[in-house]
Amino acid sequence: MMRVQITKRTANVRPRKKSRPRHIHVLKNLTFYLPLLVLTLLVFTAVFADVLAPHDPVAVSMQERLLPPAFMEGGTKKYLLGTDQLGRDILSRMIYGSRISLSVSLAVIAITASVGTVMGIVAGYLGGATEALLMRITDISMAFPPMLLALLLAVVFGPGFWTVVLALSILGWAPYARLIRGETLKLRYTDFVAQARINGASSLRIMVKHIFPNIVNSLIVVITMAVGMLILAEAALSFLGVGVPPPAPSWGYMVNEGRSVIDRAWWISAFPGIVIGLVVLSGNFLGDWLRDKLDPRLRQL
Amino acid sequence: MNKLIEVKNLKQYFPAPGGSLFKKRFVKAVDDVSFYIHKGETLGLVGESGCGKTTTGKAIIRLYEPTSGQIFYDGRDITHMDMLPYRRKMQIVFQDPYASLNPRMTVGDIVGEAMDIHNLYKTRAERKEKIYNLLERVGLNSEHANRFPHEFSGGQRQRIGIARALAVDPEFIVCDEPVSALDVSIQAQIINMFEELQEAMGLTYLFIAHDLSVVKHISDRIGVMYLGKLVELADSYELTFHSLHPYTQSLISAIPIPDPRISRERKRIILEGDVPSPLNPPSGCRFRTRCRYATQLCAEKEPEFREVADGHFVACHHCCQ
Repeated sequence: MMRVQITKRTANVRPRKKSRPRHIHVLKNLTFYLPLLVLTLLVFTAVFADVLAPHDPVAVSMQERLLPPAFMEGGTKKYLLGTDQLGRDILSRMIYGSRISLSVSLAVIAITASVGTVMGIVAGYLGGATEALLMRITDISMAFPPMLLALLLAVVFGPGFWTVVLALSILGWAPYARLIRGETLKLRYTDFVAQARINGASSLRIMVKHIFPNIVNSLIVVITMAVGMLILAEAALSFLGVGVPPPAPSWGYMVNEGRSVIDRAWWISAFPGIVIGLVVLSGNFLGDWLRDKLDPRLRQL
Repeated sequence: MNKLIEVKNLKQYFPAPGGSLFKKRFVKAVDDVSFYIHKGETLGLVGESGCGKTTTGKAIIRLYEPTSGQIFYDGRDITHMDMLPYRRKMQIVFQDPYASLNPRMTVGDIVGEAMDIHNLYKTRAERKEKIYNLLERVGLNSEHANRFPHEFSGGQRQRIGIARALAVDPEFIVCDEPVSALDVSIQAQIINMFEELQEAMGLTYLFIAHDLSVVKHISDRIGVMYLGKLVELADSYELTFHSLHPYTQSLISAIPIPDPRISRERKRIILEGDVPSPLNPPSGCRFRTRCRYATQLCAEKEPEFREVADGHFVACHHCCQ
């Protein structure tokens, strides 16, 4: 199976000629450069939101409510992407919203990916009772309705940034554990793991040096998928009123705010929606690209 | 001569799916095998796929917990010992040079791992020096240390696997079909290298293969396995020219002879049917279902593995009467 994969991939990748002009190279690798640009912009925006935003994201101006974007009839240059029901600047809110979306996703990924990876490798490699116990916990986590848990947590702790992170993390590690356990099971019986045991390597050493590096690829792919899912999940939580509480601007919350006036003022929901889609897509493309690059079998090409 | 490895009544069963709730089924991969290997000697182990030769090798090196039986190393029973001190003395070279090297590690780290675990060097420079020496010893060069396994051919990868086995300066190496996955031209190079290394370092080998012509070349003594049991064990010359067990005879008749005229005239013993399942082996002699000489006795009584001539063991009711 492995060999088939390699031939399939190598067939697509042509040896790079040194003489090829830079702009052709960029064009041919658009699926890498474009997502990279989008994600770099996202991080840049989140970091420099204070400097970039033209207006205060929470400043209400009732005279200027529901203004269309500048390129439409009736729009002003003051509010490039228009305003919402309370006359708040959409662009500024989106710029500040990137902070919430990004920090929630990164915090949740950091927690879930590390917990899930450790659980998966330990369960897969040690096997036996440890595996049975860990995988039953995983099953329970996957069977539990996440929205219910989020609501429960919001009631107990009150809505807020860390409640959102907790709500998404507490069950979110389970799919990682499942995947990583599966990958570990495949590696557990390979000759190189047997050889490591013959060399006297401890279980910890085998898990860290032999199993983990060989599952990084799958982990990266899942993480990039997760970026999109988490931004959407955070939006869903905001809709239910248990997200990061308003007036703090989050993209998901903005989409939901515009819902009631979508026939008159589409821009309130549309712009944050487009950005969510763009970021999700970029994450996926970049994940694919990284997987190809990190695979040493393909590195020489 | 003293015995470096001695195996007594080794049994290795694996639980098999099926069977009832109270009675588990087992695959009897190795069933009551006894032999010994002298220091500095090469013992060949042959048999067809699934006969338990690889399992025997892996059980000796304690990759499995043996179901029963004992394994002695240099006179000490290591069957249930903490293996770490012995990990330096016993090594293995695997069959598949593609699956046995971690694709994420450089060749230098693969070769150096055992030295890291056993603290066999004092400085980084000494480690590097040792790795370079090992690579050169197996016919690679020092610049290969920073590369990854996927950059090498099958033969080169097997050399890396051998360098890794030599890293701890072992006394005993299990060669688990080390040339079966290689081209014939490369096979000869690797076999010769095994012989040179043995001479230079005083190694003891358990050389497992399914190809009797390869084993015959490198081994001092040869054991023949069939369905989890040793059926014949003798000096390699003796086994080739005076084999007693009908299974061994059929194996020997299958060795190709590079002369078409002789080859055509030679009588080949072709076995009928397939190897029976190790889940449910035949009663008595396990070979009887495919044996030309089988009688009622063979079905009733299991033949004893006995010494019929000096150092020549065989398990058959009929072959020496």
